[in-house]
Amino acid sequence: MSWFEPKAEKPKIPPAKALWAICPKCKSHMAKEVWKNNNSICPKCNYHGRLPVRERIRQIADESTFVELFREVSYSDHLGFHDATGDYKSKVDATIAKTGETESIVVGTCEIGGHRAMLGVMDFSFMGGSLGSGTGERIARACEQAIAERRALVLFCASGGARMHEGILSLMQMTKTSAAIGRLKAAGLPYISVCTDPTTGGVSASFAMLGDINITEPKALIGFAGRRVIENTIHQKLPADFQTSEYLEKHGFIDKIVERKDLKPFIAKMLNYWGF
Amino acid sequence: MATKKTLKKAPAAAASAWDKVKIARDAKRPHVWDFIEGIFDDFEELHGDRLVNDDAAMVAGFGTIGGEKVLLLGHHKGATVEENMAANFGMANPDGYRKAMRLGKLAERFGNPIVTFVDTPGAYPGREAEERGQAEAIAKSLEFFSALKTPIVVVVTGEGGSGGALAIAVGDRILMMENAVYSVISPEGCAGILWRDGAKAPEAAEALKITAPDLLSLGAIDEIIPEPAGGAHKNHKRACANVKKAVLKALKELKGIALDELVEKRYAKIRSYGNFY
Ligand SMILES: [Zn+2]
Repeated sequence: MSWFEPKAEKPKIPPAKALWAICPKCKSHMAKEVWKNNNSICPKCNYHGRLPVRERIRQIADESTFVELFREVSYSDHLGFHDATGDYKSKVDATIAKTGETESIVVGTCEIGGHRAMLGVMDFSFMGGSLGSGTGERIARACEQAIAERRALVLFCASGGARMHEGILSLMQMTKTSAAIGRLKAAGLPYISVCTDPTTGGVSASFAMLGDINITEPKALIGFAGRRVIENTIHQKLPADFQTSEYLEKHGFIDKIVERKDLKPFIAKMLNYWGF
Repeated sequence: MATKKTLKKAPAAAASAWDKVKIARDAKRPHVWDFIEGIFDDFEELHGDRLVNDDAAMVAGFGTIGGEKVLLLGHHKGATVEENMAANFGMANPDGYRKAMRLGKLAERFGNPIVTFVDTPGAYPGREAEERGQAEAIAKSLEFFSALKTPIVVVVTGEGGSGGALAIAVGDRILMMENAVYSVISPEGCAGILWRDGAKAPEAAEALKITAPDLLSLGAIDEIIPEPAGGAHKNHKRACANVKKAVLKALKELKGIALDELVEKRYAKIRSYGNFY
């Protein structure tokens, strides 16, 4: 169910190229400074690029309100999984060393425009944002604490899907997170899902699509099955904008496409409408 | 050269994960309609999601099994080429999962337990499937069946393929046939990504731990249903009898539990899935 093989190590970029960024959507070249100064948004096509998890939290949570939770919950290599490229344990340990994070989602309490919230932000740079047991456990605990403290739940999704290195138990995290979110809703609390680029596979088929409202940034990739898998199945070319934010909005699965700069005020506004 | 004698000596228990994948996918293995005919006293199929379609990959209807009036939900692979095509080889569209939820709600209203038969390579990867919200339909199913106030008995009978299987595999008792497999991703898909070679599927199957004994030890299922010698495809009658016995036992156990407690227990079970530090 995972679309991406997480890479423990990135190939070394030659020094000249290190100064340049290429928009993955429109392939425009620009100085890295331009990309960065524009909040990782392409100035040409408005593709909203991936944002580091801590930067996302900084942009969404009110200043100094974020208190991280469940950082001690981390992966376990319970299958002793290894494949052609190495073993799971070495890959995650390298990811932990590189990113400084201990799972593919960071969760914690905060205020968003003065509204009490439980915030979770997935980290695509951590094993492709894949859904492992630790990820699912953090989300389930976040839901339960949000119920206890009467907080709204806001999750920023970014994932290639379930973490196949953890076998069947990664699949079961789809049920665990969905059940926990069901309880949060039954307790009368709102859940806003923000599907950022990319939100695919088992994450799209669980908590990402269960928001009371599902919102997204422009031009994100959101879908269940991979484009190539679909094209090979139906023997047809798919439209260029297939599985984009815009496509999903048109088909009724996204409430609104929100620009990065407007995300925080939009979330605060919705929570205000609902009396939170 | 292998003589008859050495072949005979090969232990049956040494079936690899990949051997089981092949048995689980065997066209002669009993499929949902074989189980309906072999287990149910009577059955009425019901159609449609009330939105756009009737998905032939998802069979749904009410019936009686050992005197118990239940809702049956099950993937339908099809026995002939025509049936295979109509049912997309058991790969459900969102319409299938929405039909399952629609009738699940009825079962809750009228106090019918639900029995599901899981046998699918996965949810259908198609253009319309995506446009009609395959991801949303599966997600909703997981949320829906997690909290539904009626007993749910799941039987993984053949291929438990990823999210497409999981969508009707949330319940109070998860049973799995001895030679069935259940996996987060197909061995071929996993091999294609992690081995960069789909032909390495047997290795991926081994690494993913997808057999019934593996899943039992991981806590993902509750019970293994024995199969006749050589596999369920060798003796449908015996396979059906074993499944019927296990399903009736599970239904009997669940019957005595108050619905609020049942749902609490189901949540606790779902909540316990995982292995982490
Ligand atoms: Zn661009």
